[in-house]
Amino acid sequence: MSILVNRDTRVLCQGITGSAGSFHSKQMLAYGTNLVAGVTPGKGGQKFEDRVPVFDTVSQAVRETRANASVIFVPPPFAADSILEAVDAGLPLVVCITEGIPIADMVKVKRAMNGSATRLIGPNCPGVITPGECKIGIMPGHIHRKGRIGIVSRSGTLTYEAVHQVTQLGMGQSTAVGIGGDPVHGLTFVDCMKLFAQDAETDAVILIGEIGGGEEEEAADWIKSNYNKPVVGFIAGATAPPGKRMGHAGAIISGGKGTAQDKFRALREAGVHIAAGPHELGATLKSVLKR
Amino acid sequence: MKIHEYQAKEILRGYGVAVPRGKLVHSAEEAVAAARQLMAGGKSVSVVKAQIHAGGRGKGGGVKLARSPEEAGEIFKRIMGMQLVTHQTGPQGQKVRKVYVEEGCDIARELYLGVTLDRGIGRNVMMASSEGGVEIEEVAARHPEKILRTVIDPVVGLAGYQARDLAFGLGVTGNAVNSFVKFALGTYRAYEATDSSIVEINPLVVTKQGEVIALDAKINLDDNALFRHKELASLRDPDEEDPREAQAKEHDLSYVGLEGNIGCMVNGAGLAMSTMDMIKLAGGQPANFLDVGGGADEEKVTAAFKLLLSDPRVKAVLVNIFGGIMKCDVIAAGIIAAAKQVHLGVPLVVRLEGTNVEQGKALLASSGLAITPADDLGEAARKAVAAANGA
Repeated sequence: MSILVNRDTRVLCQGITGSAGSFHSKQMLAYGTNLVAGVTPGKGGQKFEDRVPVFDTVSQAVRETRANASVIFVPPPFAADSILEAVDAGLPLVVCITEGIPIADMVKVKRAMNGSATRLIGPNCPGVITPGECKIGIMPGHIHRKGRIGIVSRSGTLTYEAVHQVTQLGMGQSTAVGIGGDPVHGLTFVDCMKLFAQDAETDAVILIGEIGGGEEEEAADWIKSNYNKPVVGFIAGATAPPGKRMGHAGAIISGGKGTAQDKFRALREAGVHIAAGPHELGATLKSVLKR
Repeated sequence: MKIHEYQAKEILRGYGVAVPRGKLVHSAEEAVAAARQLMAGGKSVSVVKAQIHAGGRGKGGGVKLARSPEEAGEIFKRIMGMQLVTHQTGPQGQKVRKVYVEEGCDIARELYLGVTLDRGIGRNVMMASSEGGVEIEEVAARHPEKILRTVIDPVVGLAGYQARDLAFGLGVTGNAVNSFVKFALGTYRAYEATDSSIVEINPLVVTKQGEVIALDAKINLDDNALFRHKELASLRDPDEEDPREAQAKEHDLSYVGLEGNIGCMVNGAGLAMSTMDMIKLAGGQPANFLDVGGGADEEKVTAAFKLLLSDPRVKAVLVNIFGGIMKCDVIAAGIIAAAKQVHLGVPLVVRLEGTNVEQGKALLASSGLAITPADDLGEAARKAVAAANGA
């Protein structure tokens, strides 16, 4: 098993003919992802790489190809609209890679998704991968290996670090999810932990947070009373100055809230095993699993 | 993007928010003339205010009352060009390059009003407090019960009843209730229309005549939304920004200047933050946060190197790249080309990992450059700290 995506996931790509969309669609195809459709308004009827049909609208694509997940590579000014289109078409999973969407747009998207069954991952995220089955996003496929470790992170490259270390140690991943670096986004750490908890084939989870917001603390609370398997944690940004945006729009300490120290403390109190640095995620996991 | 108080007030005025009359002045003579005009209606004072992108200007000595037009001129001379130190500027302070003269008002009460995102619920909230003139973070820490909050539906906007709730909750009475409601609705409209990330009126003043007026105003704009606000782009004040950060923006690099001596170049925000953390853990101080992004090419790497080395404090450079989609050999070639082009004069520690890492390392080793390789982030940080300390 796994969470969110597997070999039955039928993926459509919004923005498939753009530069990022086409590059990563090729990579997803090469990985073996079941990419069944693309959407670019005005380019309906074309074929991407001579095999993937392109449609004008998401609902058309869903009707014709029974796609059940979407990945969005649409530029920031239009990305929120693309999320809404995917939600309206009833897709159960929408993964938005786009970085730089105005916050106000995401506030409206969240409001519009109230009561919707669609799960949104991102925006500003690397995507989600179940190794050997389905890769949706921009992560390098070859560093992954099928296995029993769940990984969830706000940062893209730190997700890769964790994945790489787990693979190097001869283990593998059940599913790795990058939930994104924006302040307003879809799936949270708690959402992902709940899914991992229901997955019999995930034996342990690596959770990588960063400064800003309160989601890591919420995850710690949830883990404390609901999750019995090992969790290894790390928080990036312990040395970041307050009030400065550290690359991610969501990574900003304001009013003394959202500090790494608070997050480390919450995780530690929840029984999460803290890695001394991002280079020790794998080693920490290994030592915990040995016990 | 941060803007000045006088610019924020100009925006607010456009949305029906009451702000004092005022004028940006460039000389003592202009300050005297402006004060004379503002005091003409029999006002006993005018206010001379330093304009910098930091709070706490009053406490730092950057805001002064003038009891005559001539005094406004004298204050101008003292404030213009001073290094204004506040709790937000750091000990070196910020040079005052702009001065604003404003009419005074008869203060009966000082309140606080702000709009910002509550990221926990993904909605904007309006906050109000009877503790005007005090930082809201301080009020939140000491008297959380004194902060009123109302959550705004993005489709409906701030509703009239929500503004009334705040007014009555603050104990506003009489004519001032309607003034407050108009003020609050206008403030939210300004926040929404400009795609702000924060609008803060602190203090908001209720005058003895029952007027509600913004004595101070702060607006931060959402950088992600600036593409649809060409009219706001001109409000940028490069003098208030770290020149290194401005230079980084031109090359689409994400950079934050810090105080240390180890220059960092990393791909990915999370990894870049962790790299800083590791340097501190190893006993060093990072000179910057620098995320070159996922698709860093030779040109970007070169621009990043130039940026790092333009900081005279940098005594060593640490490059930490996880090559995912970008292959390590391509990145290594970029580093070599860039290092040759910029005549690297400080030790360079490179940690590469990911796709084609062996080819990348081989390229670096045969480049003839004095590059110290490192296998993991911990080792890289230790080596960079040792190099910066001249070991």
